[in-house]
Amino acid sequence: MYVAVVFLPLLGAFIAGLFGRTLGDRGAQLVTCAGLGGSAAMAVGIFLDVAVGGHAQTHELFTWISSGTLDITWALKYDTLTAVMLLVVTLVSFMVHVYSIGYMHHDPSVPRFMSYLSLFTFCMLMLVTAGNLVQLFFGWEGVGLCSYLLIGFWNDRPSANAAAIKAFVVNRVGDFGFALGIFGIYYLFGSVNFEAIFAAAPQHAHETVQFFGVSGNAMTIICLLLFVGAMGKSAQIGLHTWLPDAMEGPTPVSALIHAATMVTAGVFMVARMSPLFELSETALMVVTVVGATTAFFAATIGCVQNDIKRVIAYSTCSQLGYMFFALGVSAYQAAIFHLMTHAFFKSLLFLGAGSVIHAMSGEQDMRRMGGIWRHVKITYAVMWIGSLALAGIPFFAGYYSKDIILEAAFGAHSAVGEYAYWMGIAAAFMTAFYSWRLLLMTFHGKAHAEDRVMAHVHESPLVITVPLMLLALGAVFSGIIGVGAFVGEGREGFWREALVVLGSHPALEAAHHSPWLVSLLPIIVGAGGIALAYGFYVYMPAVPLGLARALPAVHRFLLNKWYFDEAYDFLFVRPAFALGRGLWKDGDGAVIDAVGPDGIAAATRSVARRMAALQSGYVYHYAFAMIAGVTAFVSWYMFLYQG
Amino acid sequence: MYELPNLVPALPEILLAVAALGLLMVGVFRKKDATGFVGGLAVAALVVAGIVEVNLARVPVVTTLGGMFVLDGFAVFVKALVLLAAVLTAIMSLSWLRQEKLGQFEFPVLLIFATLGMMMMVSANDLMALYLGLELQSLSLYVLAAYHRDNLRSTEAGLKYFMLGALASGLLLFGASFIYGFTGATGFDAIAKALGDGASVPVGVTVGIVFLLAGLAFKISAVPFHMWTPDVYEGAPTPVTALFAVGPKIAALALLIRVMVGPFGHLVEQWHQVVVALSLASMVLGAFAAIHQTNIKRLMAYSSIGHVGYALIGVAVGNAAGVRGVLVYLAIYLFMNIGTFTVILSMRQRGRMVEQIEDLAGLSKSNPLMALALAIFMFSMAGIPPLAGFFGKLYVFIAAIQAHMYTLAVLGVLTSVVGAYYYLRIVKVMYFDEPADSFDRPIGRSMTFILTGTSLVILLFFLFPEMLLTGAETAAASLFHG
Repeated sequence: MYVAVVFLPLLGAFIAGLFGRTLGDRGAQLVTCAGLGGSAAMAVGIFLDVAVGGHAQTHELFTWISSGTLDITWALKYDTLTAVMLLVVTLVSFMVHVYSIGYMHHDPSVPRFMSYLSLFTFCMLMLVTAGNLVQLFFGWEGVGLCSYLLIGFWNDRPSANAAAIKAFVVNRVGDFGFALGIFGIYYLFGSVNFEAIFAAAPQHAHETVQFFGVSGNAMTIICLLLFVGAMGKSAQIGLHTWLPDAMEGPTPVSALIHAATMVTAGVFMVARMSPLFELSETALMVVTVVGATTAFFAATIGCVQNDIKRVIAYSTCSQLGYMFFALGVSAYQAAIFHLMTHAFFKSLLFLGAGSVIHAMSGEQDMRRMGGIWRHVKITYAVMWIGSLALAGIPFFAGYYSKDIILEAAFGAHSAVGEYAYWMGIAAAFMTAFYSWRLLLMTFHGKAHAEDRVMAHVHESPLVITVPLMLLALGAVFSGIIGVGAFVGEGREGFWREALVVLGSHPALEAAHHSPWLVSLLPIIVGAGGIALAYGFYVYMPAVPLGLARALPAVHRFLLNKWYFDEAYDFLFVRPAFALGRGLWKDGDGAVIDAVGPDGIAAATRSVARRMAALQSGYVYHYAFAMIAGVTAFVSWYMFLYQG
Repeated sequence: MYELPNLVPALPEILLAVAALGLLMVGVFRKKDATGFVGGLAVAALVVAGIVEVNLARVPVVTTLGGMFVLDGFAVFVKALVLLAAVLTAIMSLSWLRQEKLGQFEFPVLLIFATLGMMMMVSANDLMALYLGLELQSLSLYVLAAYHRDNLRSTEAGLKYFMLGALASGLLLFGASFIYGFTGATGFDAIAKALGDGASVPVGVTVGIVFLLAGLAFKISAVPFHMWTPDVYEGAPTPVTALFAVGPKIAALALLIRVMVGPFGHLVEQWHQVVVALSLASMVLGAFAAIHQTNIKRLMAYSSIGHVGYALIGVAVGNAAGVRGVLVYLAIYLFMNIGTFTVILSMRQRGRMVEQIEDLAGLSKSNPLMALALAIFMFSMAGIPPLAGFFGKLYVFIAAIQAHMYTLAVLGVLTSVVGAYYYLRIVKVMYFDEPADSFDRPIGRSMTFILTGTSLVILLFFLFPEMLLTGAETAAASLFHG
């Protein structure tokens, strides 16, 4: 079971990918869904055994690399952290698989799609079950590869290809940091196995290393490098630009990327490396600040976007920010808790948005929607549930996890904690606002779509709505069920050795004793956000337009996503292209070709012309050449022997 | 009492001499045009001589005719090649003579005399015998070069060849007299004895060797004694050019080897550098000067200069491995050249010979099989595996590497890269250029036969290399044995 849970999706991917043509669409769907279904069932079993029952274990499969002191085995490590991730990944992925049957049924290459989905899931499972950093890196890169394949799935669209390349390249930046971090760990610890690293971590806490001539705390440098990797995968500010563009992929892919796989990898990795991060105050502070800033910044952008999927995409970015600042204040449990609840309601929102798009004949712009709630009642209901959970309205899943994160940030009693708290509150307000903006623009008000489209609006088939309803259950209940074990009184017994929190970082404990206003504020701003959205988009629709007109600079700034893409384009993309073109035209063309192949060819030709010119046709020239040759040879010997 | 010398080793030569004289009689006394008849008999005589020659292979090393004539494995091997070349060129010539309506029976007779001269060269064991063989061959070839006597270029070619050949003979004789003067002998064995182990060599002998080498280098058209080659190749009738390109080259190179490793075997130091210089210069010039040629016969002239350069690498190495390399090289060279010249002979449009490279344009469409054959020869000459030409170069280069003569090997490889350009250009013209006028067809049964045979040998050599390799091996060994 412990092995099969990881490899069933791979098997499914192989069968669907290699024999998709013979199996047909239906066969490929069945194989992959069955693989994921089995995997999800086993994940539940493992969760019960490992997390609830407390039987953490490691399964060694075989030795992968054995070279000198580098010893890497291919091992599956199961502890509570892994079990939680396993559960989340397989459940959400299973739902996405089933949903894809309905959503992609028009597509000409269903087997390929299903195969990629399963492969994606396999890579993520490999990542979360890794017993050492190299194996984790394997999964990490595999996830990156699959995201590339899936985002660019519709490879006849230039925008999809561009988005896929962007996702891959931006992730490479992060991966580079991550790889350096792994090298650093191997350099410091002489091992890449988690057990060995974590056992030895406290001894190395205060070592310093020279790195590019700068001496610094070894642990801080390593943690920061690892965090760069996490920033790339989890789309934190600076390396977030690929995430919204990833919307170019089919909607189930967006759901999978944004909820269960890929973006959570960074959060998971930092949580997994908690024994190291705990030892570096600096790194934790950086994590907190980056996370809090991302939460705020992404929320501001979410408020003005018009593409339904982009709104949710920025929402993901923002929520990941929450998770990171929770990690930063050592509330790892809260971060993973939010990861789990978020996985449910975010996949719900995405798939619901997909259902809307499906109903609207492919329309994604919210300005051309509206007034369709009567026609898509189930979708409408689940979107409400998802939004309530996202906004942190009490008793929905998001409420528990977001609350505890904010309280923990406050409870950290540090400057960065304070910063994170207020950023989080602001983001919570905006989250509620844009969620209802989305709901209201999409489902209520006047219909802005063409009549032809409106006539066609219909509820999606069962194969789409059933996964939605199941996920809705998760979005409602995962919080209330998990709160006790994940972050409440039962957390010690639940997590055991999976996460390490030093006694000097009591944020989570303090969270339970925070002042009532601190706990209540998120709910208040959430309600305020909802109210504002109603005000703007139901009662006074002129106001948002007026605001946008009154503050054009702000609106443009937000609409253009803080100009990150433009800045990167100016700073990196253009210079890189210019450099490439320069090396090609001037370097390769003008220097290497001119001196090398072309130059040699030209020289050969001129030598050839001169040699051919020697052939004058006059006998006395020929005779002269012969005599000169003999004379030269004889003189040569004379010279040689005479002295 | 005068004792008759042992004539068995010289049996093929005697046979050819008698045949040539007999055929001359036949030609003179026959009333009507005797060309075809004489030609057929000439081919038969050459074939018989070849069979006799091959059957002499089991005879151990013998010298006869007062030590002037030697027969060993080396001689048999080379003579077999020479006879094969002569037979093939004779067949080609007969077909050509018919087409050009040059009804003169002297042609095959001269061919036999030339062949006889070559065979005498190969078996020469004395400076006098060497000169006799060389002159018999040369004089016949001078006439053949000018055979198309109404053609200005042909007569020019013959005249040039004759004048420069006379000069070369003068150099050779001058060198021979030096050697005789300083060693007091003309027989190779006696010279070797006189020179001893080569510890102290009179300067005169060195000078003599250099002059001797120059004379021989002229015959194999090694740079800088090559100048006659392009003009004569271009001007001479094509079958004669084919003969020039193969028979005399093989014979003269064999003679060069015999002289250098025989009487002067211990004087490697003295002649080694000259051969290296000849080899380098020939490879470079052969590669570069050919690039701008538009006439395919001129191109083949430079090509042959380059090939001689490669073969000379083996001579410069100066051991059994090197000689084996040369012999393998020459054997393969024979087939490549005969095949190529068969194609060139078939290049006639509306009954007229053409010899420009651009005339080959689009041959792949008008005559795909001929194009394929020529492509095989060109790829082989460029040394592209698995064709035979690759192995020819390979064995020579291996010998050079084993003897630590890296400069020669490296330059050989580099110049063969340059050379590949013009060989491949012909392939390009045939396959990728717009078709020109197609050639007259059919090309004749005998020509088709030669073309098919040679291209198959080149193409399939890599499957059966043993026969040639062991033959060359024993031939080379016999030279170094005594």
